[in-house]
Parts: sequence; structure tokens; C-alpha cells
Amino acid sequence: MAIPTGNLKDRLFERATALFAGIVLALALLLFALLVRESLPALKKFGFSFITGTTWDPVAETFGALPFIYGTLVTSTIALLIAVPLSVGAAVFINDFAPPWLKGPVSFLAELLAAIPSVIYGLWGIFVLVPLLRDHFMKPVTRVFGWIPLFKGPVYGPSMLAAGVLLAIMVVPFILSVSREVMATVPQRQKEAVLSLGGTRWEMIRIVIGQHCIPGIFGATILGLGRAIGETMAVTMLIGNRPDILLSIFQPGYSMAAVIANEFTEATGDLYLSSLIAVGLVLFLITFAVNLAARWILTRLVAHASRGI
Amino acid sequence: MESIAIRRKLTDRAMTGLFLFAAILVVAPLFLIFADLLWKGAKELRWSLLTDLPHPVGETGGGIANGILGTLTISGLAMAVGIPVAVMTGIYLAEYGRGWFASIVRFCVDTLAGVPSIIMGIFGYVLVVLPMKRFSAWAAAAALAMIFIPIVVRTTEEMLKTVPHSVREAALALGIERWKATLFITVRTAWSGIVTGILLAMARILGETAPLLFTALGNQFWQSRLDGPIAAIPLQVFTYAISPYEDWHDKAWAGAVVLILMVLSISMAARFFTREKKWKP
Repeated sequence: MAIPTGNLKDRLFERATALFAGIVLALALLLFALLVRESLPALKKFGFSFITGTTWDPVAETFGALPFIYGTLVTSTIALLIAVPLSVGAAVFINDFAPPWLKGPVSFLAELLAAIPSVIYGLWGIFVLVPLLRDHFMKPVTRVFGWIPLFKGPVYGPSMLAAGVLLAIMVVPFILSVSREVMATVPQRQKEAVLSLGGTRWEMIRIVIGQHCIPGIFGATILGLGRAIGETMAVTMLIGNRPDILLSIFQPGYSMAAVIANEFTEATGDLYLSSLIAVGLVLFLITFAVNLAARWILTRLVAHASRGI
Repeated sequence: MESIAIRRKLTDRAMTGLFLFAAILVVAPLFLIFADLLWKGAKELRWSLLTDLPHPVGETGGGIANGILGTLTISGLAMAVGIPVAVMTGIYLAEYGRGWFASIVRFCVDTLAGVPSIIMGIFGYVLVVLPMKRFSAWAAAAALAMIFIPIVVRTTEEMLKTVPHSVREAALALGIERWKATLFITVRTAWSGIVTGILLAMARILGETAPLLFTALGNQFWQSRLDGPIAAIPLQVFTYAISPYEDWHDKAWAGAVVLILMVLSISMAARFFTREKKWKP
């Protein structure tokens, strides 16, 4: 809508709004610049081994962030393995199976889940989820499958599994809402076509979703991954905070966000602080890449959907 | 032939059951969490929780009054800075935003919206705490504003774009200057939607903990200055939750109840505003 603006006040107003937009732009650049500037001492000292190093020893001033990157990836993977099937299943149920009176309440409840502050998830995780998982899942599983490295004991409670399960609960609302939006773009005619050919509802879901929604669900998954990677409090409170790379998901670990949260105020010495900020920079870059990928997939998909129908 | 039909029908039933099961599993944690909040928070839930300072370990009673005030102070500061910046940026993007500059700004907003909140804490620390050499409400507000702004920019832009062009054209056709038409017609029309976005972003920053850890730091006492460490409910819940003391755990649950009531009531208010949002010709 190109309306000519000759008026001085009009131009001033436009400039004023543009100025504020410029502030937002500057803030984003400032954030990145500050992260880079403060990380430089650590990155200069350790170079690439900052990412590949497995020792995090503040006393010896040796800082390698691999244990945290590992912990972040393991917990996020566990979270997605649980959250994606649940969210997609729930999305299908709400969109295609639930009676109309149930749709509103169920999606309202899912929205409420998204509104709960993460520290409350963490609190609940410490006192309810961890004991529950420890006594009714981890202990029995180690007793039988303890010979598998993934489930090796001893069981303490706080662990990568506990953090992953809690993360799953937290990312479900996001994956659910994006999946529902994606599924809603499927033309009603196609669903009706399958049904009119005598297909059952499950066959309709399988064919239509399989045809249209897989890329969208993938995009939703990546979006959920972005959230899971950056989540701090709930993971900090549940993961056990141990900077070692252990294969067993029943063992404690440490995540990038958690180490920043725990050690930042205790960081004595410039190199220690710089290393923690460098962990923040790595976290920033990973979430940036992940979110960019998710947006790319989802917008490309929307473009496709509107062209295809 | 018969057996295939039966198998298809059975598969359909089984999958329906699985979908229902998934939906139940998705909402079940909500009920569990709320039940535990009420059950475990009830013990410490009394009036003095809202009016008293925290008591030391072992002493019964005490409250989180300084945390409530601190949370409101920090969030209020963040919003005072964030609302003008975010709403004006939203207006720019919706009403004028074409070309490379607008695309870059949009990209930055999307990027900021995805940045983990702990990193905004680092931002507040480096930008405010390091130069001032002390933890402060200002630093916490800076961190929270960085979370607040991208959310509000996005909703403002989206809401303004739902206003039909005919409304703008009608205003301009009456000879109203464009800036007036934008502010008093277009923004007015989308206002309840914009307020909804502001309220949702407010609910979000009220509960944020990670960015406060090394900006606000927390405080056992009242803090009357904005340039000193200040208490906040999420920080108190966190400290109490990871402490080894039984009575502090009870206080963590009580604090969580207060926090969730604040967050949910604001989310509800936001919903109320959305209901009115529908633009009627």
C-alpha cells in the first residue's frame, strides 16, 4: 500500500518509528558483539579445543565445553523422542477425533502448560518427577537391563533422563500447536476423498498426514529442539550437574545453560568468566542455527501449501 | 475379504485409542503439577507470606513480600522501556516496513525471540553489572526487556496487519494526516490485540528466573534502590527448592503458588482482551 507522504509530520512519524526499529536492530547486534567480545580471551587461549575439550577444571584454569554440549544434546534428544510422538498424536486427536466440545478445553490446557514458569517445572521435577522416575522406572530398568551401557546404574535420581523427561513436558505445547497449524492446512476435500473411497479414519490420517504434514512436523520438531536446547532452570535443577561425558542416561550430566546458571556468580578470575560467556556464545550460535532451520522449513512449507492447493 | 475388513477396522480402533492416549498424556502433567502445587503449597500459604520478609532457616513463618515487590519492580522497569520500543517497532514493520532495512529488523526480532533467556542474563551482566560493578534491578530489567521486546514487536505487527486496508483508506479519504490515521485509527483498532501481546509477554517475564540469577542476584531484605541486588519470587523459589532444608521446601511450593497465580491471572486477562479483539465493520 504505497500512499505518498509529502507531509512533514508524516515523514517525522515514519522516521520516529524507524528509529525505534533501529534500536531493536542495534540491541540484537549489541548482544552478539558483547558475547563475542567477552568470549575472546577464552577462545584465544583454547582455540578450537574449547569445543572439543572434555576437561572443565576451574582450579587448573582448563576449560573444555564438550561435556556441556553433550549433556544439552542428550537431554534435548530424549525430550524430542518423547514429545514428538505425543504432540503429533494429541494434535491428530484434537483436530480430527475430538468432539467439538472437547477441542477448546484440551488446547486451552496445552496453552496453560506453556504458561507455567520453568522454575515451577524445576520445583515439581525435583520433588515429584525425580522420585517417581527413580523408584518406578530407573531402578527396575537397571535391575534388568543394567548390562546395557545406556541404562547402567547406580541410580541417584537427578540424571539426564529426568531432565529430558521434564523438557519433553515443557516443549510439548510448542510442538503441539505448530503441528496443529500444519495439519489444519490440509484441504478438507482430500480428507473427505479418502473417506468417501471407504477409507477408515486412521487410513485418512496416514495418507493425508503422510502426504502433507511430514515436513511441517519436522519443522515443529526443530522448533521444539530450539526451545529444549536453551531451557535453563528446569534442566539445572534436574540434570545433576556433573561435568563428565557418561553414556548412561541414568547418570547425572551437565548442560550448557546449566553451567552458566550455576557457576556464573562463582566465577573467580577473568578466564573462568570468559569461558562461561563463551559457552553462552556457543549456545547462542546453536539455537540461532536451529531456529533459522525451523523457520526456513516452516515458511517454505507455507509457501508450498498455498501454491499447491 | 472379511478378515481384511475386520483388520482395518481393528487398526482404526487401536489408532484412535492411541491418539486419545497421547492427548491424555499431554494434559496429564498439568493436573499433576497443579495438584502438587495446591497440596504442597497449602502448608505455608497464609497472609504473612504476602506481607513478611523471609525468615532464616528453622524459624517458622516469614514471607516473600520483598520478592513480590522486586518482581513487580523489575518487570515494571523492563516494560516501561520495552513497550514504547516494541510497539513503535511493530508500527514501523506493519505500516512502513518494506525493503532491506525492515527485513533485517524482522530477522533480528525473530532471532532475539529465539535466544535462550540465560543469554539475556549474560547481556544484562556485561552491559550493566560489569560497568556499575554491582548487581542491580537495572541489569535485571535490561535482561527482561530483551525477552519482552521481540514478543511484543511480533504481536503488534501481526495485530496491525489484521486491520483491513479499507479502515486506513477511509481515514485517509477523510483527509486525516497519515500519522494521525495510523495512531488514532489503525493502532486504536488493533489496540486490544496489542494489549494482549503486552500482557502475554508480561506473564512470560514475570516467571523468568535464569536471566535474574546474575543480574538481580536476590536479596533477603527490602531493597529501596534500583542499583542494588533485589529479590524476585522466581529466584526465591529456586533458592528454596535446591536448599537442603525441609521448611524451605515448603516455602518454595508456597512461593510457586503465588507466582503461578500472578502469571495465570495475567494470561487470563490477556485472553479476555483477545475475546474483544474481533474487528466489527
